[in-house]
Amino acid sequence: MSTALLAVQTLNGLQLGVLLFLIAAGLTLVFGVMDFINLAHGAQYMLGAYFAVTAYGATQNFLLAIILALVGALAAGLALEVAIFRHLYGRDHLDQVLATFGVILFLNEAVRMIYGSTSLAMPMPEVLSGSIRLMPGLLYPVYRLVVIGAGIGVGLLLHVLVNHTRIGMLVRAGASNAPMVSALGVNIGRLFMIIFGIGAMLAGFAGAMVAPIFAVEPNMGDNLLILAFVVIVIGGIGSVRGAFIAALLVGLVDTLGRSFASDILRHMLSSSAANQAGPALASTLIYVLMAAVLFFKPAGLFPARA
Amino acid sequence: MQDIAASMPMTQVAPRDRSRLIVPVLLFATLALAPLLGLVGPDRYVLALFTRCVIFAIAALGLDLALGSGGLVSFDHAAFIGIGAYAAGILTASGIDDAFLLLFAALATSGFFALATGAISLKTRGVHFIMITLAFGQMAYFVANSLKAYGGDDGLTLANRSTIFGRDLLADHRVFFYVSLAMLLAVYLFARAVVRSRFGRVLRGAKENETRIAAIGFDPYPFRLVAFVISGMIAGLAGFLLAEQSEFVSPAFMTWQRSGDLIIMVMLGGMASLDGAILGALFVVLTEELLSGFTEHWRVIFGPFLVLVVLFARGGLLGLLTGRRHG
Repeated sequence: MSTALLAVQTLNGLQLGVLLFLIAAGLTLVFGVMDFINLAHGAQYMLGAYFAVTAYGATQNFLLAIILALVGALAAGLALEVAIFRHLYGRDHLDQVLATFGVILFLNEAVRMIYGSTSLAMPMPEVLSGSIRLMPGLLYPVYRLVVIGAGIGVGLLLHVLVNHTRIGMLVRAGASNAPMVSALGVNIGRLFMIIFGIGAMLAGFAGAMVAPIFAVEPNMGDNLLILAFVVIVIGGIGSVRGAFIAALLVGLVDTLGRSFASDILRHMLSSSAANQAGPALASTLIYVLMAAVLFFKPAGLFPARA
Repeated sequence: MQDIAASMPMTQVAPRDRSRLIVPVLLFATLALAPLLGLVGPDRYVLALFTRCVIFAIAALGLDLALGSGGLVSFDHAAFIGIGAYAAGILTASGIDDAFLLLFAALATSGFFALATGAISLKTRGVHFIMITLAFGQMAYFVANSLKAYGGDDGLTLANRSTIFGRDLLADHRVFFYVSLAMLLAVYLFARAVVRSRFGRVLRGAKENETRIAAIGFDPYPFRLVAFVISGMIAGLAGFLLAEQSEFVSPAFMTWQRSGDLIIMVMLGGMASLDGAILGALFVVLTEELLSGFTEHWRVIFGPFLVLVVLFARGGLLGLLTGRRHG
């Protein structure tokens, strides 16, 4: 367990963390303000990645591909909102679960029909494809640092948007009491649409940013969605700040746990037992963390509703 | 305080009329005769398909107790199936193949997991509950993936089906089908009894109006927890049968999408009607088989169908058939 390895895994953990934040931020606002559970949010992340790959194929320009992916993700999100989701806002959670599950089935399979099951790759831009020497014996890919930076940048942008603009004020008010905001004369339908659009763009941005480093495949959003839920439960529903802190926490705990659980167990158990138990233990860590947070703070670390 | 509920008039919840018996009798008769289709088609294929229907009907019945009666939208049930299946698989791999022992192990492990995760997740309601059960289900999935000694993500092939008193009766596909069907009937009768008991009434009361149930002196939490554990153990039973039938277990049994499929079965059939859960399981398994024979991209059809059902047909299949709305 050298310092260089620890540093690399910490950076990897941060990268997973900002990725989770981008997905969880939109999701937590949609939960918090509309009380709407959107299982298809992971599929929207997947769409972002596919849009980026397609746009890159057409334009051969990385920046343009990311921008087009954002536009595509926004358009797809708004189309879903208008066609299906807005009819579900007042409905039972069960109805929301089923309808959005149906949307996942459709989107995943439609993508498989068009692009096939094999995973696609998007080349990264030349300038970002190298590695940088952070300390002796530690080379880290520039692109991954860019992903971390972009995630933190979007986080700050969102922070400003939510805390220092009029829209943000409405969003915060909606998260703490949506019917009251509506009663005060705010067009709540339009507010919902804006929030949903922001969430769709954030998820699409996450998908587009990881397209050069992850395999782009039809079910890529499904497992990440559950991690985003863990983040939201820990951070507190409706809180962007909570989502940010919890996302970094989950990213770090998961990544570091997977790299070092077996090593740490080896101090206590025999080597073969540690190799068996390590991965199993590592994969439960974030869920144990979630259970522990729930035990002490049932509403999460930073609940939006007082 | 609890005497008040005990003295509530029974007539309100007693079966309304005999015509309600028609659906379950028809369902079970159809299932019992289903292997006859084997006379006209490929025998083993028909048996395997309907055994699958029966097994998923058991799992859907289990979920219906938690979801339909208790209002608990649980995404843990694929994990319960998987845990039951792995209990059977791991014991078989260790050389133990007595059916009763395997069944006991499957029920005990799935029941324990339901108790542990239920105790935490039932502290919350609504969206929180859905997300937390999703998370715990995913945890079980990843643990199964990391069990390298038992095949990891490739899964584990069972050397043989289990034995009853040392005899390999279950190896016969026809016997296995009727054993599964008998278990479905037993689970169905048990679930009916649970739903109609005082326990079941408190559970449904808490689903419909938690404040009122609390006001007459019931704490819904223990009722929900017991229902969740029973429900999980029934899913564990289905898992045991699934492992025995396919002679294989794998983490793919426990994906959260599988839990989604179970919820679809219960919801399509019509919530809290028990008959509906069986009907829904039949419908989903057979539709999947039919559509996937038609095109490998059957989900492109099934997904929008689901959306349309949610938006326009809220009583489920049974509601469409009988003109009644459930749940």
